[in-house]
Amino acid sequence: MKIVVCVKQVPDTSGKVAVKPDGTLDRASMLTIINPDDVNAVEAALALKDEYGCKTVVVTMGPPPAEKMLRTIMAMGIDEGILISGREFGGSDTYATSQIIAAGLVHLGIDDDDIIICGRQAIDGDTAQVGPQIAEKLGIPQISYAGDIKKDGNTITVKRMLEDGYMMIQMKTPCLITCVKELNQPRYMSTYGIFEAYQKPLTVYDYNTLKDEPLIDPETIGLQGSPTNILVSFTPPLKGAGTILEGADMNTCKTLAKILDDKHIIR
Amino acid sequence: MDFKLTKEQELAQELFRSFAETEIKPLAHDMDESEVYDMELLQKMQRYGFFGIPYAKEYGGAGGDVLTYTLCMEEVSKQDGSTGITISVHTSLCCSCINEFGTEEQKQKFLRPLVDGSKIGCFGLTEPNAGSDVQGAQTVAVEEDDCYVINGSKVFTTNSGFADTCVVFAITDRSVPVSKGLSAFIVDLKEMPGITVSDNIKRMGIRAAQNCIVTYDEVRVPKDRLLGQKNKGFKIAMMALNGGRIGIAAQSVGLAQGAINEAKVYVKQRTQFGRPIGAFQNTQFKLAEYQTKVDAARLLTWRAAIAKDNHEDYSDLAAMAKLFASETANEVTRGCVQLLGGYGYCREYPVERMMRDAKITEIYEGTSEVMKMVISGKMDLK
Repeated sequence: MKIVVCVKQVPDTSGKVAVKPDGTLDRASMLTIINPDDVNAVEAALALKDEYGCKTVVVTMGPPPAEKMLRTIMAMGIDEGILISGREFGGSDTYATSQIIAAGLVHLGIDDDDIIICGRQAIDGDTAQVGPQIAEKLGIPQISYAGDIKKDGNTITVKRMLEDGYMMIQMKTPCLITCVKELNQPRYMSTYGIFEAYQKPLTVYDYNTLKDEPLIDPETIGLQGSPTNILVSFTPPLKGAGTILEGADMNTCKTLAKILDDKHIIR
Repeated sequence: MDFKLTKEQELAQELFRSFAETEIKPLAHDMDESEVYDMELLQKMQRYGFFGIPYAKEYGGAGGDVLTYTLCMEEVSKQDGSTGITISVHTSLCCSCINEFGTEEQKQKFLRPLVDGSKIGCFGLTEPNAGSDVQGAQTVAVEEDDCYVINGSKVFTTNSGFADTCVVFAITDRSVPVSKGLSAFIVDLKEMPGITVSDNIKRMGIRAAQNCIVTYDEVRVPKDRLLGQKNKGFKIAMMALNGGRIGIAAQSVGLAQGAINEAKVYVKQRTQFGRPIGAFQNTQFKLAEYQTKVDAARLLTWRAAIAKDNHEDYSDLAAMAKLFASETANEVTRGCVQLLGGYGYCREYPVERMMRDAKITEIYEGTSEVMKMVISGKMDLK
């Protein structure tokens, strides 16, 4: 049994956003963080490891500097890292990305009692598509938006969080779960983990590693092979500071009406 | 020579910084006010390995180095000086004695639980009449059957309010000067009959640290608790204090940098004479001077830590680091209170706490005057 966590390095939203001429993000020049929901996925994997003593593996697709993120996650307690990295994979949309990651997981080997855990969605694209698409490409069951995960043998019971309630769903392993931040409180790295992290195995899967996997179609990976085309990426202009009017009296109402009238919002 | 941290040290710095900002900062004010250390916070730091950083994995430590330990000291002390000294006394003073001088059996039995996060340690050397001059020590240990019987009292024993293990020094030969007749013992502070720990001593700063008087009344300590050789305890104490000074230097750097960080936020928000006070050259120049001194103090601290990691003689390097860093901490925290003006003097803002906490760094683990004795002693002046 092993738990595989899929994570993504995303721009640190407190830093500057840089965009390349082709409209995609210039990830190399931006400060990065681990996608917040993915940290919950890491914690879910570590909690299962604490309980069952199983092996845990973290997988990401990204440029070589993403190694530091993998080491950070290994310093939290994950046993192994896999970095899927190659120029051929650059610019992939969710369809192409999930294809490549699924191929990476097949290359790693997914056993009958394995669980794959992803964060709900990344804060850069906000699509929430890659996790579910990986499950589809692998042909395994999936439950998204997990707020609680219980394991009983090969049966996984997940509390699926919805806006106005929740669903309790069971599935058999191997399976994929995407989790929400309410699932847990992620732990920090530990000093014990930090001084082990760089000794733990980290494997790079490049295009040559994965090109013979049946899931990989050279025509549908990377920027050229992605069905989604980004027209333009930009930082939205900052809104000016708002005005607060205090009081529920007639004068305040008149002031408000005049502001709205001046902007031609009311007449 | 380069001044780059290793990848592990960078990760560790990230851990210490984010932990201190998230977990320590929100508690620092209340802990200072109540003069009580938050035990939940202590346990969290134990769990994440803040108490075993420079000790070998084979004894349950993190397998890190002294430089990483200084990074921890700086980051926690940026938020709270009491947390800094709590970690420092445990790591630099208590654990180092057992690590350097303990037998294999003593290391497995006493060092392991201290560095794997199960137990907290303290260090009993200072007495009411023996501070910079150990000659006034009065605590004695008399051999009796299979025990040493300890009588006396130790003052300012940091961590003793909650510690499990104490490395305590007592005179075992009264016929010679104290430096030649002192021995070190490992005692169980909570379990051995005859040990009394006072309430937390009321202090000016580092008020949440548990710094108490520990009284030993006919305390029977089994002979296998003797640390190192009989009558060779003075050397153990000096080794521990030498190393401890690196920790205190890093604590000082943290206090000073913490105050600068607070001042940087304030001077951009506070407007006087129609401009944020950060726009005035006086503010800019003051903060430039402070940052330069703090960086210099940090480099001295790192130099001493790296020398210790490389098993080189570092006693004067540690003394220089502590002398300069502690004086810098006092100047910078005082200056930052001035930059925050009346608000800086209020307990609502953290800089006055940092200023109060900074004072002790010029006093404990060797005063600034003792540091000058150590440094000049190496300069071949006599």
